[in-house]
Amino acid sequence: MTTRIVELRQGILKKNDELARALRGRFSAAGVLVLNLVSSPGTGKTAFLERTLRSLREGGARVAALVGDLETDNDARRLAASGAPVRQINTHGICHLEAEMVGKHLDGWDLGALDYLFIENVGNLVCPSSYDLGERIRVALLSVTEGEDKPLKYPTLFNSADAAVITKVDLAEPCGFDREAALRNLNEIRPGIRVFETSAKTSAGMAEWLDYLAAERLASTR
Amino acid sequence: MHELSIASSIVDSVTESLAAYPGARVVEVRLRVGSMAAVVEDSLQFCFGLATEGTPLAGARLAVRTLPVVVYCAACARHGEVAGVQSLRCPTCGELTMDVRQGRELEIEAIEIEEVEVQT
Repeated sequence: MTTRIVELRQGILKKNDELARALRGRFSAAGVLVLNLVSSPGTGKTAFLERTLRSLREGGARVAALVGDLETDNDARRLAASGAPVRQINTHGICHLEAEMVGKHLDGWDLGALDYLFIENVGNLVCPSSYDLGERIRVALLSVTEGEDKPLKYPTLFNSADAAVITKVDLAEPCGFDREAALRNLNEIRPGIRVFETSAKTSAGMAEWLDYLAAERLASTR
Repeated sequence: MHELSIASSIVDSVTESLAAYPGARVVEVRLRVGSMAAVVEDSLQFCFGLATEGTPLAGARLAVRTLPVVVYCAACARHGEVAGVQSLRCPTCGELTMDVRQGRELEIEAIEIEEVEVQT
């Protein structure tokens, strides 16, 4: 018997990273802007996305969504009411989406006929941070009901985000939400992050968010 | 929570690399894991035990080297180790910086294997 050390020096999630890179290439070639929406369960990702899909469609944009959950297709049915093509990804116990699941659920979709594709991740602020889905923009959402220290509690995810969305701002006052502290905490974890303060109920902040999407889409096709 | 997925990925990667060493048994798997990689070592150790059952990695040790977060501060033109992951500030001047140079690693550094010597 002899023992020896074999140097590997490879990423543990190499396979996912490679699949994500290939997806990013496909998305970019098709000219579709892809966003990965991440938050804890109950932040209001689905309501926010519902509102976003409707508004984009009213503006003439071509949109679609993939939605991840452990079980049920409730969210897909809710989102499909917007008229956009929507597919549910059931992970059956897995706490995050992986690039392979995204790739499989794109079958039969003409990406070239889309302007925006939203991927609503499984509600979880830990695990999705490690898995690249080929998105161009990762959006971390937090609601005013969750507390302003969420970014400090889950630094990895907020640090990996390109933009942050604060949801349910219509409830900020009754919840005693400390807005300044939330913005400060986001900036400590992800300096310079773009923050949108929104309410899917009152539409507050949605115009600014939609302008951002349009600008990012333009930048991505240049 | 995703430690089981990570453990399974480790088993897949190592098994692939073992193809070059027929009959070898894995004694140890060495990882480099950044403090910002969102991995809980205890949980990973537990899942590694489960994921390796019935594979050539069964019984192998998992050695995890945790790497601190290191940022680069353009103002100071130097690297610095961040005390915690709650705030990405240069330890020298206290300015915020987004330039994380270390701390997100999730890598298999090496494996230690035991080979059966081939009689010739």
